[in-house]
Amino acid sequence: MYMILVGGGNVGMYLAKRLLAHEHEVLLIERDPRHAQRLASQLGEENVMVGDGCEMLTQRDAGFGRADVVVSVTGEDEDNLVVCQMAKTVWNVDRVLARVNDPSHEEVFHQIGVDETVSATGIIFALIEQQISPDVIVPVGALARGNLEVVEVELGPRSAVVGKEVRSLVLPPQTNLVWVLRDEQGIAVDGSTTLQQGDMLVAVVPRDHAEDLREVLSPSRH
Amino acid sequence: MKVVIFGCGRTGSTLALQLSAKGHQVTIIEQNPAALRRLGNDHNCEIVLGSGLDDDALIRSGIESADVFFALTRGDNTNLMAAQIVRLKYGCEKVCVKVADPLRADAYRNMGYFCINPAALTAGMMRDWLVGTPYEPIDTYNVLNEELKV
Repeated sequence: MYMILVGGGNVGMYLAKRLLAHEHEVLLIERDPRHAQRLASQLGEENVMVGDGCEMLTQRDAGFGRADVVVSVTGEDEDNLVVCQMAKTVWNVDRVLARVNDPSHEEVFHQIGVDETVSATGIIFALIEQQISPDVIVPVGALARGNLEVVEVELGPRSAVVGKEVRSLVLPPQTNLVWVLRDEQGIAVDGSTTLQQGDMLVAVVPRDHAEDLREVLSPSRH
Repeated sequence: MKVVIFGCGRTGSTLALQLSAKGHQVTIIEQNPAALRRLGNDHNCEIVLGSGLDDDALIRSGIESADVFFALTRGDNTNLMAAQIVRLKYGCEKVCVKVADPLRADAYRNMGYFCINPAALTAGMMRDWLVGTPYEPIDTYNVLNEELKV
């Protein structure tokens, strides 16, 4: 597969390394010529290109037209947005993925059709929040091009579902509770599983319904 | 009309003064307080310090009830992203974006955004000034030259 990465910071560099190790064809585009030179000495001249990945001429020369995947991982959300949007609309790249630095921007990326976004800030925040208070839903992965999310949530003592059988829950559409980590043991969830306080629950939920799932699992208000 | 302008550079400040002189209600979003000196000491514009990419600044600017939004910073991508946030998230349909790169301006024009490419406008008007033909409507200047197409 031909993969183009835009932005030669730490994320872009390590991503390029990993992808090359998997024997993909990789091109990393970096704007700063001196930094690009350093990258080239690590990744190989043929895998690094100097240029502004937001510019159409750079995109043409990089071969956006035949890329299977374009990943934009610069530190600026606006640059990642434009790279991904042009990759999709001008060059018809099948899969585009963006790093989103400000979690509040994620929604706009999804609205313009960039399905797959990675928000390190959002993930770290969710992990910290989970440490502080249970019942927080932490995204751990994306499926179906980001339309489905794999999430985990630790059930706190006041969660509305503690003590209930899974079959009695009213879950959002197409939502599956798949797995529970209880006392260091993994348990496959079925209708007869009774949820307990402290369970680490893994669920698959359509992205649009993640918030509804939170409602179901959150502390009961009564 | 209620107008929100993102970017108090030369274009943004001039537009703000022109529109408020015509009686429109103008709010400027600008990150750098020093840039506001371009408005002079005697202006009627509201100022919001911040970025047009942040919900907080946009909401304070009154974007939810604005009739029109101009994205006029020096960053093409900043302008394009702000325009899309404003249209998609806040439902402001009338959006004008300044895009310095002619190819990028063309690409986003094709996506339905009104993108002004200052270089094309300036060059076209200079050409007509030299040749002596009357000035034309903006859309005839604001296009990508055939030779530049990729």
